[in-house]
Amino acid sequence: MNIHEYQGKQILRDYGVAVPNGIVAFSPEEAVKAAKELDTNVYVVKAQIHAGGRGKAGGVKIAKTVDEVREYAKELLGKVLVTHQTGPEGKEVKRLYIEEGSDILKEYYISLVVDRATDRVVLMGSEEGGMDIEEVAEETPEKIFKEVIDPVVGLTGFQARRMAFNMNIPTKLVNKAAKLFLGIYEAFISKDASILEINPLVVTGDDQVVALDAKFNFDANALYRHADIVELRDFDEEDPKEIEASKFDLSYVSLDGNIGCMVNGAGLAMSTMDTINFYGGKPANFLDVGGGATAEKVTEAFKIILSDSNVKGIFVNIFGGIMKCDIIAEGVIQATKQLGLEVPLVVRLEGTNVDAGKKLLNESGLNITSADSMADGAQKIVELVG
Amino acid sequence: MGIYVNKDTKVLVQGITGSTALFHTKQMIEYGTKIVAGVTPGKGGTEVEGVPVFNTVEEAVKATGANVSVIYVPAPFAADAILEATDAELDMAICITEHIPVLDMVKVVRYMEGKKTRLVGPNCPGVITADECKIGIMPGYIHKKGHVGVVSRSGTLTYEAVHQLSEAGVGQTTAVGIGGDPVNGTNFIDVLKEFNEDPETLAVVMIGEIGGTAEEEAAEWVKANMKKPVTGFIGGQTAPPGKRMGHAGAIISGGKGTAAEKIKAMEAAGIKVAETPSVIGETMISVLKEKGLYEQCKTH
Repeated sequence: MNIHEYQGKQILRDYGVAVPNGIVAFSPEEAVKAAKELDTNVYVVKAQIHAGGRGKAGGVKIAKTVDEVREYAKELLGKVLVTHQTGPEGKEVKRLYIEEGSDILKEYYISLVVDRATDRVVLMGSEEGGMDIEEVAEETPEKIFKEVIDPVVGLTGFQARRMAFNMNIPTKLVNKAAKLFLGIYEAFISKDASILEINPLVVTGDDQVVALDAKFNFDANALYRHADIVELRDFDEEDPKEIEASKFDLSYVSLDGNIGCMVNGAGLAMSTMDTINFYGGKPANFLDVGGGATAEKVTEAFKIILSDSNVKGIFVNIFGGIMKCDIIAEGVIQATKQLGLEVPLVVRLEGTNVDAGKKLLNESGLNITSADSMADGAQKIVELVG
Repeated sequence: MGIYVNKDTKVLVQGITGSTALFHTKQMIEYGTKIVAGVTPGKGGTEVEGVPVFNTVEEAVKATGANVSVIYVPAPFAADAILEATDAELDMAICITEHIPVLDMVKVVRYMEGKKTRLVGPNCPGVITADECKIGIMPGYIHKKGHVGVVSRSGTLTYEAVHQLSEAGVGQTTAVGIGGDPVNGTNFIDVLKEFNEDPETLAVVMIGEIGGTAEEEAAEWVKANMKKPVTGFIGGQTAPPGKRMGHAGAIISGGKGTAAEKIKAMEAAGIKVAETPSVIGETMISVLKEKGLYEQCKTH
């Protein structure tokens, strides 16, 4: 789960990390009010969307006066920002963050990630902050430093200092930087984050080390123990079908094709999409109903697909293990009873309780094309959609 | 034969009184797996499906000599269940549970360093040695005894591969689902090493998916060490970059871990990669024929 920059900065503040003062605003009036409350001569008006690359896309403006803040707020609110992370459709700006300007001497990069290669949390830093860090990593990997963190002791003081020295933070500010690194690690662990990226981290003219951005991603599997984080969720930033799916713990991603897919298991779901593509079709979604789904959950999953007007045909591909085929059949029958079935439906069932599942579907009276294998099913649905 | 588990494996079910665990305990017993004990704290002294239930893993091991545990405990408590199995010095803990917080797994993997217990999973279908021992959630009927080893990051794709092999008359030794979570126990190389040493296994199917670099590392290892033919498949070839696809593992980031890169690395190591998931079986059979192993591998 992602949150906005201003929310991320509040979390960092709670862990003693230096961030500039700022106030969120939902309208130009609120932006003006916020600016008046801040004690500064330079304001930064920042569009709040769940995507990086806002600066390049014109989503960050520097204002010298309160009037300029009002103008920029009018310009940005309601504007659709297209960055390299939003996709071509872009994202509409509905919130702004009005922040005190900082006297930046130099920009750095710092982040924490769960690294699957070492099975540990890793602190990554570079003195090449502000610009596209992926380019730095690719072209000058020697400029990216890493500290692998042992969960028994957490990030240690010496590791934090070593990182600061490696990043060429001015010597007199190394302890401040190290303290900031310890603070972000504490926040990361306490809130079950999976990514925390600060780009840029800056050193200012008045000798402070400040986090000018905060990109948090939280582990969806740990949200059950962080009610405070769940509250920060912004439904405007998510696809409505994905929101509906998440209510039922379904893993759903909208895609731009017209063949709806319902599959169990992420690997099989991705492979089903691959197979549909191979036969010339385009999947409308990725949907993994997961392992321990009930018939109700399957019903909801199928309803999400049925209610998508782009869907011209549906392929259900199930290889039951922990998922039972009869549960899938029940869910499909329930959903079609409630919403009707206007498009072709191809079903391939295999695995646990396959005979019971097939029997239920056969006796349902639904117009179902059955398939013997994933390839057979993919071919059939591509033909039927035409 | 086969690897990790066989007809002598004594299995303990952690979380045995949950509905999923009960259903699959029944299925495992039907398959012929020796389920010797169950553990559910507070339910010690009872019995389910004819299996005695204990309060702790330690007690269960003492009383029954169980050497492998399978874990169906709900996600918030699953990490602790793995620690308990490790503390009891089991040979292996197979964790089926999905949705375990990743920072819990970071601690678990750290705790298990240098300890006796091997972890498979979490978020995996389990381990099965055909006709001997089924531990996990995979449908037993698709497996046939034979000479091909299967290792996979994806549960349902493992079934797909096994099913295709069996339908084509090619049986398996052991199928190991290592799970798709970013931080887990056993990896591809661990399993490939075992298959390499197992006299019954003559060839191996390796199924990966996008995200991470485990397949690339495994390919390097195969190139340097593997004495037996390996074929493969990578799921997610058409997944749009940057979209999260359900498994925490299946994230494409920064151009690393793409399907194209993995396939390239595998082919460079002499691993024949199936173009679509529907020809995983066919691909193995063509390689077996090429290497003159087909007659030996065909189930009569």
